[in-house]
Amino acid sequence: MTGPGIVWYLGVAAFLFGTGALGVLLRRNVLIVLLSLEIMLNGANLALIAFSRHVHNGAGQIFALSVMAVAAAEVCVGLGLVVALHRRRLDLDVDALSELRG
Amino acid sequence: MIAAYSAGAALVWVVWVAAGFACLASGVAVVSFSNPFYSALALIGNLGSLAVLYLLVSAEFVAAAQVLVYAGAVMVMFLFVIAYVGPRMEAPWAGGPSWQTFAAVLAAGSLLTEIVVVIALEAGGSLGQDGSVGRDFGSPGWIGRIFLTDHLLAFEITSIVLLVAAVGGVILGSHTRRQVPEAAIPDDEREVAQVS
Repeated sequence: MTGPGIVWYLGVAAFLFGTGALGVLLRRNVLIVLLSLEIMLNGANLALIAFSRHVHNGAGQIFALSVMAVAAAEVCVGLGLVVALHRRRLDLDVDALSELRG
Repeated sequence: MIAAYSAGAALVWVVWVAAGFACLASGVAVVSFSNPFYSALALIGNLGSLAVLYLLVSAEFVAAAQVLVYAGAVMVMFLFVIAYVGPRMEAPWAGGPSWQTFAAVLAAGSLLTEIVVVIALEAGGSLGQDGSVGRDFGSPGWIGRIFLTDHLLAFEITSIVLLVAAVGGVILGSHTRRQVPEAAIPDDEREVAQVS
């Protein structure tokens, strides 16, 4: 076997997921929260593809492609929301956007 | 023969270490930059190094799609929107109550620890070295064949999700044009409203 085993890929994937979660929880700019969400999705994708190679099954790669399509949809809606907020002259701070709070 | 084999393995390790380090470093950079523009550029580097990692696990089509769809289309859209709303600086680690920062670091750290512990405990023994796969594993033809036979439902649902998201994006983008009268739209946005 050449190259690193699956555990190394899973370690990178877990670190990416943790980094993205930290960004989502810590940052307050809507754009950077969306970028951190992309990091989380990519960490999950890396784990899916590593497992797909490990068990010799193509379902993991199909799942990763579906995750990429869902991420594109999420970016489309999220950036639409950002543009709508900007047009209404609202602040792009997730702490300031509390109109729906009960 | 053995020397060539180990040289190939060493090359794979070198590429893996470089791509993995670039991946982790750019991931941390995305979270820690104060300017969203720099964060988006760092995310492009993150996606590129992830594509290299995908190539190393013989997922060629996913790597190509990652570069085309993510680093191409999605990040260009991100950069356009960041340029549209203007640079909004934010001190990354300041602002907000300190307990919130502490709780965020604690939550993310415990999440990471949980994942690592679960991998180590549940799957550590069975995750040995994997054998070689066939030559067409991960190739575009192979992906297309299983996408249109075994996973046809996922393919169709993905297309519907993309269609709904496109419709939602158009509705979100054209919402203010109907409510705000023409005179209230500033000059720099009237063009955008007419184009969209």
